[in-house]
Amino acid sequence: MARVSVEGIVKRYGTVAALDEVSLDFEDGGLFALLGPSGSGKTTLLRAIAGFVFPDQGRIRIGDQPVERVPVEKRDIGMMFQNYALFPNMSVADNVGFGLRVRKVGAAEERRRVGEALELVQLEGFGGRKPHELSGGQRQRVALARAIVTNPRVLLLDEPLSALDKALRVDMQFELRRIQREIGITTILVTHDQEEALTLSDRIGILRDGRLVQAGPPREVYNAPADLFAATFLGEANILPGGGTGIVVPEGVAPGAVLAVRPEAIAMTRTEPEGAGLSKCVGVLERRVFAGAMATCLVRREDGGEVKVVSRDQDIPEGLAEGDRLWLSWPVDKTLAIPPEG
Amino acid sequence: MSGAMLARLGKVWLGLILVFLYAPILVMAAMSFNASPYYQLPFEFTVEWYEKLSENRGILRAAARSVGIAMVTTVIATVLGTAASLALFRYEFRGKAVLRVLLFPPIAIPWLITGTAMLVFFFGIGLGRGTPAVIVGHVALALPYVIVVVTARLATFDPTLEEAARVLGAGGWTVTRRVTLPWIAPGIIAGALFAFAISFDQFVVSYFLSEPGDSTLPVVIYTAIRKGFTPEINAVSTLIIVVSMAVMLVAARFSNFGGER
Repeated sequence: MARVSVEGIVKRYGTVAALDEVSLDFEDGGLFALLGPSGSGKTTLLRAIAGFVFPDQGRIRIGDQPVERVPVEKRDIGMMFQNYALFPNMSVADNVGFGLRVRKVGAAEERRRVGEALELVQLEGFGGRKPHELSGGQRQRVALARAIVTNPRVLLLDEPLSALDKALRVDMQFELRRIQREIGITTILVTHDQEEALTLSDRIGILRDGRLVQAGPPREVYNAPADLFAATFLGEANILPGGGTGIVVPEGVAPGAVLAVRPEAIAMTRTEPEGAGLSKCVGVLERRVFAGAMATCLVRREDGGEVKVVSRDQDIPEGLAEGDRLWLSWPVDKTLAIPPEG
Repeated sequence: MSGAMLARLGKVWLGLILVFLYAPILVMAAMSFNASPYYQLPFEFTVEWYEKLSENRGILRAAARSVGIAMVTTVIATVLGTAASLALFRYEFRGKAVLRVLLFPPIAIPWLITGTAMLVFFFGIGLGRGTPAVIVGHVALALPYVIVVVTARLATFDPTLEEAARVLGAGGWTVTRRVTLPWIAPGIIAGALFAFAISFDQFVVSYFLSEPGDSTLPVVIYTAIRKGFTPEINAVSTLIIVVSMAVMLVAARFSNFGGER
């Protein structure tokens, strides 16, 4: 296991900078998610750490070793690909054992470690199958077993769950987390799925246009986004333009900061809510969408602007209908103060 | 016209094509077993011409030389062609598109012209005529076919598999041998069989490049026919056809002419 760090990485394709001065530390044994829209550079960063992309500038360290000029096969990493990339001509056991055979560990040792890895991903007894005989979820487990069987220093995951359907994906998220904790391997995950990033990782890094926007524990990034992009990319945010009457500006907010509030932080009441430390405003319910346990409401503020509220169905006042007038309120400390751009 | 009639017409048409293709061959094969040297009927079965053939040292030597040249050509053309296909598949380099396109004209240029050009060129560089020149010429003819067939197979290969193997610690040669080659093996085998058939059946280029009295089977047969036809020629031609058809059928089976099996 090892700590990974990148320092001032730059990668240009023609005039476009796929990575523009990105610096990040990936802690030993942690699970770090790189999050961003397509074209944000998250995959390029992962491939630079893997060694498929050689940066134009900057340093990459795995452990204490600078690896910018070390070829992929000498970096001692494990990687899972989006399409799993299982070798179609080999059995499951031969796929998982490939890295061990390359390292010439011997047949007995290979058999033992392949067995252990398959057990870890709950695929005992599947060693003799061919990849095309497996389901999507099973293939993914084989790919994971193959990536970790060599005890690599780092595990890299490139959109590992995107090919699975929703129910399986949630199962695999827990599974991945369990295995990662069990073996304590430094893991870097690339995803465009914010929910996946939030549920899986210890820390996340948000990228945009080749630059790192913000990095930190998911809760921290969620509660204190560094800019407007981070606020809207990770979760949703109601921007409160120019404040307005009743909206309390938290103390210590930098001048020019944009105020925002998360949809699930807002309470809806028919009458003016009592109590100190609340921001509040009046609006008219425009639309209410039922979605199982949660309901999404769109409220037009009387001061102007639309606010989205996500609330448990039972927390919405009885009989509230579209067109009704209502109060919105949230604790002042739930107001996000987003630093001005630049 | 009804569909059933169309289908029947189609079958008749196909039958006519097969007759057109195979009737001369079948007649020749039959005559190689006929006692009369002048194609006279009634048919009288004999293996006399095959016996005579087995005593004809000139033809047998030529046949052995042809097989030898075809095998050497196959090995060289297959190795070079596969390596070229892999390079075209893996790397981006200046002039790649031009190189790809330039692979095709040799297939279309008449062998007579290729042969003349090679003869002039080989004399120019001091290689002259002889077995080495024949082999070089055959390799040049076979190479584009091997590259086309192997490249078609490579088009179905997922390059992430090579990345996956490299991450697992495999160096370039191990990746090629354990991951890439097993996948394209059917294409390589088909390419090799094409190369063998092209060399073994080659007349024009062999005729130009081989030394008189030391030539390949097709050239020796041609010379023999000019001197005077004997039914031994029918016998040896029948054998050649059997070998060539077997090779081509196996090649077609492996390549499926570029398609996925």
